[in-house]
Amino acid sequence: MQSMAWFKRQEKGIITPTEQKKETPDGLWYKCPECGTVADMGEHRRLLYTCGKCNYHDRIDSAEYFEVLFDDNRFTELDTNLSSADPLHFVDTKAYPQRIAATQRQTGLKDAVRTAHGLMNGQDLVVACMDFRFIGGSMGSVVGEKIARAIDYARQHRIPFLMISKSGGARMMEAGYSLMQMAKTSAKLALLSEAGVPYISLLTDPTTGGVTASYAMLGDFNISEPGALIGFAGPRVIKETIGKDLPKGFQSAEFVLEHGFLDFIVDRKQLKQQLTDLLHMLRPAVVEAPAVPR
Amino acid sequence: MLLDFEQPIAALEGKLREMQKLAQDSQVDVSEAVEALETKIKALKKETYANLTRWQRVQLSRHPDRPYTLDYIEGMTQKFVELHGDRTVADDKAMVGGFAELDGRTVMFIGQQKGRNTKQRQLRNFGMPNPEGYRKALRLMKLAEKFGKPIVTLIDTPGAFPGLEAEERGQGEAIARNLREMFMLKVPVICIIIGEGASGGALGIAIGDRVLMLENTWYSVISPESCSSILWRSWNYKEQAAEALKLTATDMLKAGLVDGIVKEPLGGAHTDPQKMILALKKTLTKTLDELEALPADERISQRIDKFGKMGVVVE
Ligand SMILES: [Zn+2]
Repeated sequence: MQSMAWFKRQEKGIITPTEQKKETPDGLWYKCPECGTVADMGEHRRLLYTCGKCNYHDRIDSAEYFEVLFDDNRFTELDTNLSSADPLHFVDTKAYPQRIAATQRQTGLKDAVRTAHGLMNGQDLVVACMDFRFIGGSMGSVVGEKIARAIDYARQHRIPFLMISKSGGARMMEAGYSLMQMAKTSAKLALLSEAGVPYISLLTDPTTGGVTASYAMLGDFNISEPGALIGFAGPRVIKETIGKDLPKGFQSAEFVLEHGFLDFIVDRKQLKQQLTDLLHMLRPAVVEAPAVPR
Repeated sequence: MLLDFEQPIAALEGKLREMQKLAQDSQVDVSEAVEALETKIKALKKETYANLTRWQRVQLSRHPDRPYTLDYIEGMTQKFVELHGDRTVADDKAMVGGFAELDGRTVMFIGQQKGRNTKQRQLRNFGMPNPEGYRKALRLMKLAEKFGKPIVTLIDTPGAFPGLEAEERGQGEAIARNLREMFMLKVPVICIIIGEGASGGALGIAIGDRVLMLENTWYSVISPESCSSILWRSWNYKEQAAEALKLTATDMLKAGLVDGIVKEPLGGAHTDPQKMILALKKTLTKTLDELEALPADERISQRIDKFGKMGVVVE
């Protein structure tokens, strides 16, 4: 996994949405966009949507991450009824409510994040996972509110919180409201931190903009998957600013790790065990009671 | 520099000056005509500034003659000790700060600084801070907290700098950390949008007990130009984008995303900077009095609750 063809990959991600892959019956083929290796879908799924040859990590949705992490894929989803309002009556080339309705129909999702409580190797865990298929994983009021509530839930029940980010940044159609979700989620994380409840932030491909500049970078542990794009400004904007091509591997998870902003990069196949081990180490020390004197 | 909607007013004002000069030179009594023209100018100004489009407000917020952060600090305070550096990498000239004396009260002022000429603009990086700027700002805020001094931030930025080194040194992390840390500051925090409030680069110093906007400023998640280029795939829809974003002080107050508006002199802050600076000083003093009357934990929980309620969802 050395080649970092970000633009190419993003396009391919859009052409092959996970929904289609899921509907593909076993026995059909998955072709790795990175090295061209062909694997059958059963095998691809068994490898948790990574390439058996080059270890390319395919973009996956909340449904797959929940399946990867929660024991027997069992979990209770939180705040399932929230969906977007249109407080600004925003119209660009399309009216915002139409855009939301169309995206909901197309994806079967309510918005760009799902939150859930379940067990990971027997240990309680609250997970908020973003869905890039929903308007580029953009952060509007629903995303902010669901994450805020999940953090509150984790704090009240003293359960570790895992945030899986995957986002192009703010949702422009919610303008000022969208911006303030950065503030709101950071406020809740300040309280979580004060309460001493662990927060792990997993930044997946891609995590950029306002999401990077708020909850994604605020983990007690910031971690990522191989090859993920992570940045504040998008590569195109930076390229325009500096008027030069970007160096190879710029803004990759490996680059961000090297510059000191990630704790580690984890292979998706080891994710569940690695998180379990880490959280296990954070459990309060059990002080053994002295033997009752006789 | 004249904006297009300023031109008819400037033309009448030119005429008025000519008339006054003529009267002086020729000793002819034109007082009636002068008075009529003055009335006309005032009416035109009132009408113009009451009906500005959102894009026109954006233009005013960027007027090159507007007072900038250091103008406010120098104009409002008696002493100012500027402090430099983030203690890690550099001193970011796009973000300034230091302790100042505001009528006997020590206040930590922090803000983005723009430049007035080409050289200054480059020095100040057009008011676009690097991560060092946000880290310097946080260092100064913690310093103020340590000595129990209130914090005033002045926001005027077209955005955090989207450069290569800014990414290498963690622009996202720097802003994110400020957001979280500002919620827990034990001292009063007042944030004022004095010009442009663009996105995370503005928010990175804008978590406060009171967030106020000057009348002709904008504050949103993206600039109208960038919004136009992304949503309309062209730079030509900035006026429509400004309308759609609802980014003016009135819009943001109505949405409950800011706490108040500070009125500007008729025609904008640049037409009478002294008046503007005094008006802001008055508001600041009053707001500081209010906030200092509250205990620290009360301020913090109100600050968190206020931002915690922002957003509109259907349930
Ligand atoms: Zn491969």
